[in-house]
Amino acid sequence: METFIQQVVSGLATGGIYGSVALALVMIYQATDVVNFAQGEMAMFSTYLAWTLLQAGLPYWAAFFLTVAISFAGGLLIERVIVRPVEQAPVLTIVIVCIGLLVILNSVAGWIYSYIQKPFPSPFPQTPIHAGAIVFGAHDIGVIAVTLVVLAFLYVFFRYTTLGLAMRAAAQNPISSRLVGIRVGWMLALGWALAAAIGAVAGMMVAPIVFLDPTMMSGILIYAFASATLGGFTSPGGAVLGGLLVGVTENLVGTYVPFIGTELKLTVALAMILVVLVVKPSGLFGRVVVRRV
Amino acid sequence: MALLEVEHLEAQYGWTKVLHGVSFAVEDGGITTILGANGAGKTTTLRAVCGMLRTAGTVRFDGRRIDGKATEDIVRLGIAHAPEGRGTFVQLTVEENLRLGAYGRRDLRDLARDYDRVYQLFPVLAQRRHQTAGTLSGGEQQMLAVARALMLRPRLLLLDEPSLGLAPLVVREIFRVVRTINREERVSVLLVEQNAAMALSLADHAYLVETGRVVMSGAAADLRRDDAVRRSYLGY
Repeated sequence: METFIQQVVSGLATGGIYGSVALALVMIYQATDVVNFAQGEMAMFSTYLAWTLLQAGLPYWAAFFLTVAISFAGGLLIERVIVRPVEQAPVLTIVIVCIGLLVILNSVAGWIYSYIQKPFPSPFPQTPIHAGAIVFGAHDIGVIAVTLVVLAFLYVFFRYTTLGLAMRAAAQNPISSRLVGIRVGWMLALGWALAAAIGAVAGMMVAPIVFLDPTMMSGILIYAFASATLGGFTSPGGAVLGGLLVGVTENLVGTYVPFIGTELKLTVALAMILVVLVVKPSGLFGRVVVRRV
Repeated sequence: MALLEVEHLEAQYGWTKVLHGVSFAVEDGGITTILGANGAGKTTTLRAVCGMLRTAGTVRFDGRRIDGKATEDIVRLGIAHAPEGRGTFVQLTVEENLRLGAYGRRDLRDLARDYDRVYQLFPVLAQRRHQTAGTLSGGEQQMLAVARALMLRPRLLLLDEPSLGLAPLVVREIFRVVRTINREERVSVLLVEQNAAMALSLADHAYLVETGRVVMSGAAADLRRDDAVRRSYLGY
């Protein structure tokens, strides 16, 4: 029973990270109908930025918030400079642009920082937390807390602020949004900025577990795809819940199904994508999108 | 004085020219209607005024050129457009739709009073305020479109076929509100309609558009008495 609870909690921690990245994917998808394949590499690059700031001697949380702020600006810049010129282009063009961005960020990170893994610090205590006979990693609990704070912030932003409302409106109905005076282009850029900032948080939270290297997010991105597919690409809340489900399932299957272990965990995510696409393509909480052609 | 002056407006979709030099004006505080059959270019005219299409010709609002400006900038000058098909945000609640209506406004004082005002004009919206707009009936959505436009506190209201597909009783209700806000708040109105009888009874000035050209214009009362208009558009 102790093992079970421990595995669920640590699954929730990694699941929170998958969910965050999935949320970033869903935000950009809802606004522009494009899956941002570069989301993971953007997060990786942000994490290297945080590492540089930490090396320069900044205290952890100062580096953390500075990284989030710079990533926000970076996301804005990427949308304005790289994505905007192809906004009206066919979806495939934008996908190729995203993949190009992925390759560029990956190589630039490798060029600057080399491909050798680096340790990345956790802001949370090293000593495990004991609750009776059950032992939790302090980092796991910390990650769950950080994820909850990020989600609460986003919920309040989108639900209660006028800017958040305008962003939702711009994603749903760009033409009507212009007719009420919303600058739709800037709302899309803001979506990229927020996605980049969320990715930065996810990167910094996962780096102490997987170590820092230019490919550290590629596995996470696949889990994030699984999460978003499971929850539904049209549902932000679903994407987060999908992340938690994927994280917990992955851990439990790895623990209790002997032949899977840690080596075949990623296969579980891919299997989940496949099953969802076959059984319920819109995901658990997604809407079925009907398009007039 | 004319609040909106449009001269030689031309517009096209792809290679197909839809407006061939349309000229008209909306008096400050007046209600002007543009009548015409399907495909005459009425909706295109409104879209062109709002900068939703690339156009040639001049559009002046309050004496200033607005042609070539972005839609969102034109809206912020105080031109509210309740578009064809209503353009409601169907996944958002009635209240959120109204909040968005006020988005382009600089002066946010009296916002609470403006909510009360539109809820008073359309009491059914007050009952539905926490429902998503997609669950409203067609008539209620049209009311929401007008209410949302009013939240901008516009000087000019553009209405595109508010009667389309609605029961006569609902249409009368909407026209009553348009008349009220025109009289009490001096909001000028540009109304595009196929329902010529209703439009002519509301408007003080009317233009008749056929295949992208103005073929007749004058006081609404005169157009109503005109034999050709009566036969073609009023149907008696």
